Amino acid sequence: MKIEGKQALWKDYQKEIADDNYFYVRSCIRQSFFPGSETAFLNIMRQDLGKDVYEHPCHTTCTGIGYHSDIVPLETTMTVVARQFALMTEAGYKNYVPSCVTSFGLYTEILDIWHHFPETLAKTRENLKKATGREFQIPENLAHASDIIYKFRKEIAAKAKYKLINKSTNQPIKVVEHIGCHYSKMFPSKGVGGAEYPYVLVGMIEEWGGEVIDYPERRHCCGFGFRQYLVQANRGYSIACSHKKFESMQPFKPDLILTNCPGCPMFLDKWQYAIAEMEGKTYGENGQGIPVFTYEELAGLVLGYNPWDLGVQLHQVSCEPLLDKIGIPYDADKKYEGINGQKLGIPEMPLTLKCC
Amino acid sequence: MGKLYETLMLDVRFQEGLNACINCGTCTAICAAAEFYNYEPRSIVDTVQTKDDEKIIALLKSETIWYCGECMSCKTRCPRGNAPGLIIMALRSLSQDMGYFVESEKGRQQLALKRTIGAWILSTGYCVYLEGVGTDLHPEQGPIWDWKQKNWSKVFERLGANYRGNGPGILRKIPEETLDELREIFRITGGSQRFQQIEDCSKKKAQEMNLNLDDGIANEYFQHIYKYNSQTHYRDED
Repeated sequence: MKIEGKQALWKDYQKEIADDNYFYVRSCIRQSFFPGSETAFLNIMRQDLGKDVYEHPCHTTCTGIGYHSDIVPLETTMTVVARQFALMTEAGYKNYVPSCVTSFGLYTEILDIWHHFPETLAKTRENLKKATGREFQIPENLAHASDIIYKFRKEIAAKAKYKLINKSTNQPIKVVEHIGCHYSKMFPSKGVGGAEYPYVLVGMIEEWGGEVIDYPERRHCCGFGFRQYLVQANRGYSIACSHKKFESMQPFKPDLILTNCPGCPMFLDKWQYAIAEMEGKTYGENGQGIPVFTYEELAGLVLGYNPWDLGVQLHQVSCEPLLDKIGIPYDADKKYEGINGQKLGIPEMPLTLKCC
Repeated sequence: MGKLYETLMLDVRFQEGLNACINCGTCTAICAAAEFYNYEPRSIVDTVQTKDDEKIIALLKSETIWYCGECMSCKTRCPRGNAPGLIIMALRSLSQDMGYFVESEKGRQQLALKRTIGAWILSTGYCVYLEGVGTDLHPEQGPIWDWKQKNWSKVFERLGANYRGNGPGILRKIPEETLDELREIFRITGGSQRFQQIEDCSKKKAQEMNLNLDDGIANEYFQHIYKYNSQTHYRDED
């Protein structure tokens, strides 16, 4: 078959994703803000899909946030990354799967540097050996955890208990997707669909019954900007970026914002709260916000996981409007419980943003 | 060719990021920072391309190099394959190596990043470690964050974490031997030296500004650099 036009263009942005035996490394931000997402990823992979995913207890931060805050030099970061690869090598794995998009971008950048400047690879090997006695092999396959869920989106659809369909209207749930900048803006060929038309989340949304909504600022950064959020004096940058996106997407009335980066869902969730409290402006229906989900949370929901096991109660923007639209049952009384039904009290309500 | 340009060329990110800029301004058009700050990545590349030491020193001491958010949108769009974001990273490294970063309000913030992110990396093995970091420092985190802070370990336990536990899992305790390896990597690859340089230059600057700076974050200098905004950084809306 002759491949031409858009098909030919699309072909450049397919990537190889290993189908089993993964070495999984966690995200500092996702663990802190969305622990249920990493729990869900491992449960889906191991229990629903029957895959082998190994986590080494001695892996650490990749230093990515420090590197992009410019406090950690490149040579240091390369050696920490090499140590992670050494743990993978020692454990007998070849398929490396980071949970974090900043990490994924950093790994792609470092592998590219090592390819173009082989002397930096040699120096990194020397540094790692000297510092830790370890040696490493470069992964045969590097895929972000969202790539893995994308790869198995059809299998997940086949096991799904719910479709992304509004049960009242029988119309698809309207979803805007937000891809973390470092997923493919630096190296478009390393992301499914490239940088301009990334398909990694679109593929999940379409496969699970939803409708992807395009909007002008779809590719704008959420506003993390590393030092621009981490230092309080700079946070205007961060909220301004998210604000620009909300203003741009609101006319299209999305039911859900779906993300693949650990930081983005936190910013897109929390800045909706901050804008509501600062300016009285809300972007969802009835004074609420637009729910923001991670792809692991969404995969878990369609598979029928209990929403409170997924941790969606940790969002500031309430998830219930979306659950109600799809028809996913939940027990409101259990939303803020610990294990074994322990009551943990309930959070205060924001002044402006309406929450359930 | 100026000496500083030669120094910058030693940074592989600078070599990767600069491939003869044609000054088209595409990077500025797409730049999230340029929309917010009085900032043009195009101008940065333009200045660097002059290879003029005096101009590069002025850049290293300026606010300008600290406005970028390193989203790398510029790398995607540049028709010549440049990456102003990578050039910025090389400039920020050099500014710190030469001690110029303390000459700007935004540059001085490096100490705040070192004493939060940097400290967490070496003490816990995570680049963010947020137990006890409340809405006083992060009011945007909202009442749900207050609730989570109040019930920290129980919430993590509920969601399948291995909080401060041995073995794998979410927010596990990273073994001391592992942290020793991390610290040794920092020691032999320049990470510790960078941290020390940030500390040393900041201490001198704090004295010059007559602000108290001792360990940790509860001191005048840290609080000043973390919170102070002179409101002189923004694009003229008109």
